[in-house]
Amino acid sequence: MLQIDQATYDALVAHAKRDHPVEACGMVVGPIGSDRAARHVEMVNAAGSPTFYEYDSTDLFQLYKEMDDRDEEPVVIYHSHSETEAYPSVTDIELASEPGAHYVLVSTREHGNNPGPVEFRSYRIIDGVVTEEEVTVVGTVPSEESS
Amino acid sequence: MAIEVRIPTILRTYTGGEKAVSAEGASLSALIDSLEADHPGIKDRLVEDKDGSTELRRFVNIYINDEDVRFIGSLGAELADGDQVVILPAVAGGAR
Repeated sequence: MLQIDQATYDALVAHAKRDHPVEACGMVVGPIGSDRAARHVEMVNAAGSPTFYEYDSTDLFQLYKEMDDRDEEPVVIYHSHSETEAYPSVTDIELASEPGAHYVLVSTREHGNNPGPVEFRSYRIIDGVVTEEEVTVVGTVPSEESS
Repeated sequence: MAIEVRIPTILRTYTGGEKAVSAEGASLSALIDSLEADHPGIKDRLVEDKDGSTELRRFVNIYINDEDVRFIGSLGAELADGDQVVILPAVAGGAR
């Protein structure tokens, strides 16, 4: 299950709508081992395409260096599909390289840049196997304390 | 000549879980051969055969001292003692 706070959820959706019809991409990173989607990082889609996304290689390096310095790891790796459903494509599956992350897909095909609901779905992608998981949106993600 | 190579999560199956390993070589291709000798199978995840020549895989990024090797000679990029090498798979995908 992916647990994500409302503000971060809204930020991901806003990013996808803003960049439509280009695919939006980014991560939500968190402390190593916490599975807590704590810090949203918007990335630039260097491909600038409605059917493909890729981080610029220098941006990618900077992001991983920053996570390393802060003892963080990718918790959510998201991108949007602007013409198709929010389900991982063959390319998404082939290129998925973070077995510990939640792969989130947002589909903007219905309302594009305009207000209105989007498809927001989350998956694990491990060794080419896709498993959809539940998404729970909460007010704030609890950190150390349990309730 | 020892060069530290940072290994991404997805390739740690080849390094027994190690996040960083030591390898040798005066060029990136020599370094990759050195990695392969210690961690069999890893080379095929980094390079591919293209029209008879060996090339870095399209969705693999390698950096020498913070610089993408594609800008500094790709597999021919030179290495010196103490250099730091980082391997990162591309984060990419899309509906296509």
